[in-house]
Amino acid sequence: MKFGVVQFPGSNCDDDAYHAIGAVIGQPVEFIWHQSEQVSGFDAILLPGGFAFGDYLRTGAIARFSPVMKAVGRFARSGGIVLGVCNGFQILLEAGLLPGAMLRNKDLRFLCRQVHVRVENTDTPFTCAARSGQILKIPIAHMEGNYFCDPATLAELERNKQVVFRYARPDGSVDEHDREANPNGALAAIAGICNRERNVAGLMPHPERAVESALGSTDGLVILRSMVESLSRRAAERVSA
Amino acid sequence: MIDTEIKVTPQIAAEHGLTPDEYARTQKILGRDPNITELGIFSVMWSEHCSYKSSRVHLKRLPTRGTHVVQGPGENAGVVDIGDGLVAVFKIESHNHPSFVEPFQGAATGVGGILRDIFTMGARPIAVLDSLRFGPITPGPPAGSATSEEIARNRRILDGVVRGIGFYGNCFGVPTVGGEVQFEPCYSNNPLVNALALGIARRDELFFARASGTGNPVIYVGAKTGRDGIHGASLLASAEFSEESQQKRPNVQVGDPFMEKLLLEACLEAMRTGAVVAIQDMGAAGLTSSSSEMASRGGAGIEIDLARVPQRETGMTPYEIMLSESQERMLLVAERGREREVFDVFHKWGLDAVEIGRVTEDGKLRVLNHGRVAAEIPAHAIAEEGPRYERPIAKPAVAPAANSALVEFAREGADLTENFRRLLASPAIASKYWITEQYDSMVRTNTRVGPGAGDAAVVRLKESKRAIAIKTDGNGRWGVLSPRLGAMHAVAESARNVACTGARPIAATNCLNFGNPEKPEVMWQFTEAIDGIAEACRVLETPITGGNVSFYNETLGKPIYPTPILGVLGLLEDAECALGSGFRNEGDLILLLDGAGADGVRSGGLQAGELSSSEYAKTIHGVVAGAPPAIDLAAEKRLIDCLVQLAAEKAILSAHDVSDGGLAVTLAESCFDGGGLSADVNLGAQDAPAEAALFGERGARAVVSLAPASLARVEAIAAQYKIGAQQVGRVTRGEFRIQYKGAPVIRGNVDSFRRTWSESLGKAIEAAS
Repeated sequence: MKFGVVQFPGSNCDDDAYHAIGAVIGQPVEFIWHQSEQVSGFDAILLPGGFAFGDYLRTGAIARFSPVMKAVGRFARSGGIVLGVCNGFQILLEAGLLPGAMLRNKDLRFLCRQVHVRVENTDTPFTCAARSGQILKIPIAHMEGNYFCDPATLAELERNKQVVFRYARPDGSVDEHDREANPNGALAAIAGICNRERNVAGLMPHPERAVESALGSTDGLVILRSMVESLSRRAAERVSA
Repeated sequence: MIDTEIKVTPQIAAEHGLTPDEYARTQKILGRDPNITELGIFSVMWSEHCSYKSSRVHLKRLPTRGTHVVQGPGENAGVVDIGDGLVAVFKIESHNHPSFVEPFQGAATGVGGILRDIFTMGARPIAVLDSLRFGPITPGPPAGSATSEEIARNRRILDGVVRGIGFYGNCFGVPTVGGEVQFEPCYSNNPLVNALALGIARRDELFFARASGTGNPVIYVGAKTGRDGIHGASLLASAEFSEESQQKRPNVQVGDPFMEKLLLEACLEAMRTGAVVAIQDMGAAGLTSSSSEMASRGGAGIEIDLARVPQRETGMTPYEIMLSESQERMLLVAERGREREVFDVFHKWGLDAVEIGRVTEDGKLRVLNHGRVAAEIPAHAIAEEGPRYERPIAKPAVAPAANSALVEFAREGADLTENFRRLLASPAIASKYWITEQYDSMVRTNTRVGPGAGDAAVVRLKESKRAIAIKTDGNGRWGVLSPRLGAMHAVAESARNVACTGARPIAATNCLNFGNPEKPEVMWQFTEAIDGIAEACRVLETPITGGNVSFYNETLGKPIYPTPILGVLGLLEDAECALGSGFRNEGDLILLLDGAGADGVRSGGLQAGELSSSEYAKTIHGVVAGAPPAIDLAAEKRLIDCLVQLAAEKAILSAHDVSDGGLAVTLAESCFDGGGLSADVNLGAQDAPAEAALFGERGARAVVSLAPASLARVEAIAAQYKIGAQQVGRVTRGEFRIQYKGAPVIRGNVDSFRRTWSESLGKAIEAAS
């Protein structure tokens, strides 16, 4: 089982993701340079946070044209597991691997703080080790995390249970209009979604920053461990098949 | 456009800020008249900002050596050994004037500049702190300290500065972990933006800016050169502001943190090839300073051809190219024959890397333009032989404000709750969360104690079990009342803050913000402050490893308060022992540690003179008078040693020093972090008036909390260091109460106090002007 962490020029949470996967949960992990034209040999791909290409034009708008994104697209279409965190989520949106777009935070300021998200769906490779309705304390750090999509897309996301995480109060209640609970003003308090096929997901909070109690929370571990668990299950299924 | 053919006259020299003597000196060094390019080079390198011509004779008095110091002042940043083969590289620098002229870009490029100073030494930046000073952002208290126009402008400046710092650091990927913010009327037209950066390197992989190896290629890397920032160092940083200062906007540089991030990764990668001999960033005075300083430090010469410099604009003259302060550029010397390895790394990152010259043995900075000599000056003369001034010094007859009326204490038994609430709401005391949450304080996943969570920031090291604690401090109000005492307090408070996290202070960096050094009173303030810093750093064993002097912080003839900012760095042997400032559990004991000994509380801020210089006196009584509290450096040292041992033995659960706002604010802040925790405190009977006991700011004190079972051990350690340890109360829930002389003087619901404290700053800044 091998994780790949993509490095775009301007990625800055690449080292953190590498540390969380390699040193904290002890899984094999390698960096993938953005000019790579293939991602073979990897079992899961993580697009890390940061400011790929300086976020110029729009967040993720230039990164989606990096050669590696074609390979990531092929990997995703063949069922590979892809997780985008923060800027990585924004890139997946721009690349069309996930629906919707990011607006600037409602108060037009960068926000870095611990937030609570509720696990809306455990039927994904990113949440299979979590309990449905579990509350995770994970930090956000972004300027553009105000998720938006048209009503039809939202209805489809809800119908297909593609909303994976929602911003919530510490007690788990969700109120889209409560700025404390939903600090960037995201539509339907959406913090993370997956695609219809459920193998590609993006979220704005940073699970890799919540993997050691010394740094304030270990709630991000369940996301990484879910990925490991589902990869193990897939491997076992392959063997038994 | 300035042409090389312009004939230099004494008048043109004067317009470049050179005095007749300095101009004569350039003629003597060259044995002829300088041409216009050479004049430009001299003028920036001999500017106050680059040459330290007014301060250098005094800076020599600072202690710069110590067991941990690897590199003191004179390089791009200071370096201290932190064990395990690692070094911490750190430095603080000002970007005051640019941040007034253009707050967003001024602050952003201030952060960018200090980051380059760190990674040019081969260290990866792991933390940034910002020490900010603004004019008032509220109409009072005290009333009348600023006009509504000034208040509105101060809010805009603060907003721009905060956005600029966030813009740069967040994108670059370095956590902004701390700093401090203060407000005084004197900063209305001259805000202070001092940025401190910290990096980590392996000791045997440090890089220095010393050119060597005749014939080695000189390589330009990073952003292209444009006309931005020309004369930033000489005209913007080395002169007072007048009414026309807004016209200096073209002198402010424009920052590109994405470019800097690429430059960081490329430089560190290039250094790992082993092909890099020396490297220096192009900061103030750009290509001029980097080339001449590298040559001078290495005892070599450098020849460059400007035609090969990557340029963003056409038709730039040698003068403009040499003086440009375009950001995100570096100059490096590579080993001849291995330049390809360096080029490959920079091209991988999509950056320009061009050989523009070579190292020579004639000791000269020779600047060619398409092969024709445009300037030729001995490198050492530019970098090291600038003028040195022993400026006249005169003690002012009366320290400004020192003789105003002192605080009149409230009558005995008066309820001070409302005063306390107003103090919590004042911008100086209120939570700075509105600011700090606009900074990414967590990227790189090392931030153990982040903004607001402790007295200093604590950053763990993934390569070691140790951690680094770091903090900036400096009280301008105390600086104006007594520059020497104010400077000593700045060192002591910063060191005490570091010790409250459990770290042992080992070194310091300083940013000395003062008015016009040509004024004898300002120069007196400066020399007094130097002596204060020197004495405190000696006693507290925190040698100065570098920093920056910022003079000419004046507008329309009015200087700022003398504001030396100290950044103290401390080492935690075990990151697991790091302490925050917030109480942890209901039922824990609250102790006041006092370096003045067992009866310390009794003498705390007894005199009206001491209280009159406090935040409380300013906010509640509208008084800025008297003198800073007396300081006992030996007591500060004992308290520091005591705190370090208490933390190492895990005997205490939190520590928070007594400073701005006094004991009452320290106690309250310790409650505001802990999920509804509060405090019930009884200070017993003492001689001091209640206001002095509650709000006096005398140093060498800290509030700690501990499990009741640890009490005997804590008292034993305190006794060992001759530190008074008075049990003053318990951690509770609900009501926050302080009793004094048997009667409650402050009481109220802790959540309501917390809301006042946490919401005031945001409300003030976002208030409609």
